[in-house]
Amino acid sequence: MTTGMVENWVGTVSQLGPIYPFVGWEFFMSILGLAGWIGWHVWQTRFESKTYEEDLKRLTKKEGG
Amino acid sequence: MGPHLGGEPVSESLTKEDTATWARLNGVFWAAFLLFSWTAASIVSGSVIERIRSSAFWILAILIGSVFWVVDASWGWHPDGWMVQLLGYHDAYTSGVIHAVAGGFALGILLVLGPRIGKFRPDGTPRNIVPHNPWMVTIGLFFIYTGFWGFYVACNIPLFDIQAGEGISFSAVTIYLTPTTLSAITVNFIMALTGGLLMGYVISKGDAYWTYSAGLAGIIAASSGNDLYHPIQAMIIAALGVVFMYKLHFWVEKKFKIDDAVGAVAVHGYSGFFGVIIAGFVLWGYPTSPNTDYATINPLGQIVGAVIMFGLLGFLPGYITAKILHGFKILRIPREIELLGLDLAEYDHRYLSEGEIAKAECEEGGDIKWIQDKLGE
Repeated sequence: MTTGMVENWVGTVSQLGPIYPFVGWEFFMSILGLAGWIGWHVWQTRFESKTYEEDLKRLTKKEGG
Repeated sequence: MGPHLGGEPVSESLTKEDTATWARLNGVFWAAFLLFSWTAASIVSGSVIERIRSSAFWILAILIGSVFWVVDASWGWHPDGWMVQLLGYHDAYTSGVIHAVAGGFALGILLVLGPRIGKFRPDGTPRNIVPHNPWMVTIGLFFIYTGFWGFYVACNIPLFDIQAGEGISFSAVTIYLTPTTLSAITVNFIMALTGGLLMGYVISKGDAYWTYSAGLAGIIAASSGNDLYHPIQAMIIAALGVVFMYKLHFWVEKKFKIDDAVGAVAVHGYSGFFGVIIAGFVLWGYPTSPNTDYATINPLGQIVGAVIMFGLLGFLPGYITAKILHGFKILRIPREIELLGLDLAEYDHRYLSEGEIAKAECEEGGDIKWIQDKLGE
């Protein structure tokens, strides 16, 4: 089994072009990367809001005695 | 290693060209490998701080930095190393060769050394001993990122004829003399750092220490194959490596009462172990060398390689040496000194006089009561 298009490092290696694995999957990988990035911002914003809500609850309780 | 252009070959096995090349490069490799030696020892230092004796640590540092990492590099980080030839072992930026071996070595020591006083509650659950100065930790980790970048470049020969006689074509090559590009390793480094940081923030719920450490862990997880990965692959592998190391760190801490003070076993050892293995799957079938007789990269070879790095050359020697040092009662500092604090024990006169001066300043300024009130005295 092989994940790349490189069979050996002999001869006219400079003619190989892309040497990373899974050539042809670039579009899918880009979408995956973009989705992960946007997903992170959504998660982070929600997590931050939740943290502030919990902080506010705690502070309000303290003030109320 | 001084200014020397080669001259006549010193042995029959060398050509004039070999002699000329190595006369000009030897010092560079020597200094770069010396840096790796320091790195291996400094990884161990973080795990064992606050309770190991300096005398013991210096012996351990010499062993990991000048013996075991050198052995593993000759086995798996050399164009003709037996692990490369027979297992198809590939570890371009040393996930296993530096990080897993040092992490494993530290874990072996920790098993004998024991936790810091107060790390575990009487019921066995761990306490989180937070860094005394988070901002210094942050700056330190950022320094490591910067140094790591240089480390990546130092793992290459930056300009090498990759076509060996079939028309000249210069590119960077790895330690295995296989082609990569400086562009690729720069981008992959950044993407792995990014993947590590993003996942570190999520998994640690925004903890600054673990987020920045995860950036480092991400790079380490992707380092085995960062000469060949696509940048997005580097980012995803880094993120997965962070999940693995973070979960494993807290599981081991709870289950085996291991006090890895700065998480170095996790960040370097577990991430490095993960990085070696994942490269076997993602780079399956790639040639490990320009020599076509050598094994190609494969999952089994990488799994065996990871076990050799972390277990055989890391954990085992660390554990055995620590046991010997413990037997001589020179591994751990006395309990009383640990309770007092190593700095206080070492510099007690300095602190005493500082205390006197601070007291005098407060008395003269009339603020002593305010401070006492604040301290609840």
